[in-house]
Amino acid sequence: MLFRFVVGGLVVSIFSALGDVLKPKSFAGLFGAAPSVALATLGLTIASNGVAYAAVEARSMIGGAVALFVYAFSVAWVIFRYKRSAALVTAGLLCLWLATALGAWALFLK
Amino acid sequence: MVVKLQPSALKRTRWYEVCMRIVFGGLATVATGMIAKSYGPVVGGLFLAFPAIFPASATLVEKHIREKRQRAGMDAVTRARDAVALEARGAAMGSMGLIAFAAVVWNFLPDGRAWLVLAAAGLAWLLTSISIWQMRRVARGYFASKPQRG
Repeated sequence: MLFRFVVGGLVVSIFSALGDVLKPKSFAGLFGAAPSVALATLGLTIASNGVAYAAVEARSMIGGAVALFVYAFSVAWVIFRYKRSAALVTAGLLCLWLATALGAWALFLK
Repeated sequence: MVVKLQPSALKRTRWYEVCMRIVFGGLATVATGMIAKSYGPVVGGLFLAFPAIFPASATLVEKHIREKRQRAGMDAVTRARDAVALEARGAAMGSMGLIAFAAVVWNFLPDGRAWLVLAAAGLAWLLTSISIWQMRRVARGYFASKPQRG
């Protein structure tokens, strides 16, 4: 578990640093949806559970990525429209990600 | 606007911000593994695209822009929030690349070399995200230059 924590933390930090040094902001934002957790998790899953298990996870990840699109688009819209603080909007809308991801699971993956 | 690399931007990142990213990233990876272990790979896979680090990153972007604008004596809060919204818009485009990443892994991992499939999936994410970003930019330029009727 400690190994997983360290690998995940480092991969996420590297992608975040890449986002920091790039301009313009909309381009840097692409790295906000980088497959950092996915790369760390899938690499470790392949080593421990095999490729078939990891492929099933990747199939579900499509639902998670659609939920991420809905989440990020909503964050942008709410902040542009209402000028609320980033912390409030980004944390508050996490429930939208969860609802969309679980909806995708119930409709297409269950 | 042309894409630029600004290594000097890293100087604005403080050590506790780096620690925060490592902790959030590490926790997200551990949590994803635990969810997959408890509920199986179908539910666990959803969390491979969980925006674990996004709220923390967005808050830091807002803080950095606000501080920079305040030092220059300019409107800080609105500009900082607009920067976060632009970053979120970029993340929405990046999430389409994430769909391409997942589709490549799902289709090719069972029969391919794992490291090669992950590398190809990473490349698919990058190319898809950049292509969508570029298409949006071109479309915006086209509609902005089109003469208005009436």
